[in-house]
Amino acid sequence: MSESNATAISDPVGYINHHLTNMSSGTLGEGSVIDFSVFHIDVFLVSLLLALGLGYLGWKVGKSLDADKPTGAQNVLEMLVEFVNQQIKDIFPTADKWVGPLALTIFSWVFLMNAMDLLPVDLVPSLVGGIASLFGADPHHVYFKVVPTTNLDTTFALALLVFGLIVFYNIKHKGVWGYTKMFLFHPFGKFLIPVNIIMTLIEEIAKPVSLGLRLFGNMFAGELLFLLIALLAFSVWTMPAQIALGTLWAIFHILVITLQAFIFMLLTIVYLGLASQSADEH
Amino acid sequence: MNVTATLIGQVIVFSILIWFIKATMWEPILNTLEDRKKRIADGLAASEEGLKAQEVAADEAKATIADAKQQAAEIIAKAKSRDTQMIDEAKAKAVEEAERIMVGAQAEIDQEVNRAKDGLRKQVSALAIAGASKIVGKEIDANVHKNALKDLIAQI
Repeated sequence: MSESNATAISDPVGYINHHLTNMSSGTLGEGSVIDFSVFHIDVFLVSLLLALGLGYLGWKVGKSLDADKPTGAQNVLEMLVEFVNQQIKDIFPTADKWVGPLALTIFSWVFLMNAMDLLPVDLVPSLVGGIASLFGADPHHVYFKVVPTTNLDTTFALALLVFGLIVFYNIKHKGVWGYTKMFLFHPFGKFLIPVNIIMTLIEEIAKPVSLGLRLFGNMFAGELLFLLIALLAFSVWTMPAQIALGTLWAIFHILVITLQAFIFMLLTIVYLGLASQSADEH
Repeated sequence: MNVTATLIGQVIVFSILIWFIKATMWEPILNTLEDRKKRIADGLAASEEGLKAQEVAADEAKATIADAKQQAAEIIAKAKSRDTQMIDEAKAKAVEEAERIMVGAQAEIDQEVNRAKDGLRKQVSALAIAGASKIVGKEIDANVHKNALKDLIAQI
């Protein structure tokens, strides 16, 4: 605590940078946006652990369902399933057996990954640093970013799969020709085909990009604010401010993480619902 | 802010998770909810039916009770008539028995009277012979005066 505080006070930029650096295999090249030689171990590990936990919970509850006497976790999951299913029924034009699990997975998994934001900012990095120093590594060069959704990889992985499904559903429900027609004649009719193509292309690509960036931006900003609040602890006199602001932001952040998970889920349903409309409904 | 190979891993994890949640949780829970909905509907329908059946049964019970009451009244009436009949029969039997006893007694009396008469006759004949022999002064042979004795006896 005192050591990390000391670093934080003497070098706030270094402190924040340390917290914003991933534990990675390979090093990022300067200026490159896409670099597939790098793999963020921490992001993958945390999201995988949360996925496993979620899967375990689902499996555990799912194998011992009781229609007459629902208990504890079953109640919660039933409520969640009914809630998601209701959203889908309200929005989705056709019955589809995959959109429900997809929406539920997005909501619960994103919620869990976002919820990692509520862990104290120094907790996991110092823990991992401490463990690494047992093996002789310098804790200042051991990085660990706990919140997977503050990383573009995670949010774009979700958004990309959703994008793929949007294309798939479009072709499934409109046919290849119907989907092509949507690019050619939408939104301005047959006399402005080049403009139509550009407009629709932008519209379609904006969907996954906005999905991914919205979640990433919100979570990244939240994380950064937590770091800044943590930096307030530079003297005993500012501790109350740190505690008060930290508490306030954490409480507010409960709303943000739930809302972002919900928005991601809802937009996914909306996009897929639009994709599932047949061509003449457009 | 880079996109890295982690993206691929995340897509794979995400896909597997969707499939897993669908198989282990989403479908079973929806089935359970559907099942519960159906059971509740069935239960309500069954209770409705039960109420109807209860009404029918109540009506039936009323009819049965009325029937039973009527039968009971009939049985009581029958029993009453049989009662008087039995009393009459018993009276008649008693009268008959009394008559029979009276007749028997009369017969016995008659018999007794006859027997007394017989005894008297025998004694009369003996007395007559004894009286006569006293008067006459000598013994009289009964056989000689057989006919006279017989007449005497017959007169009693």
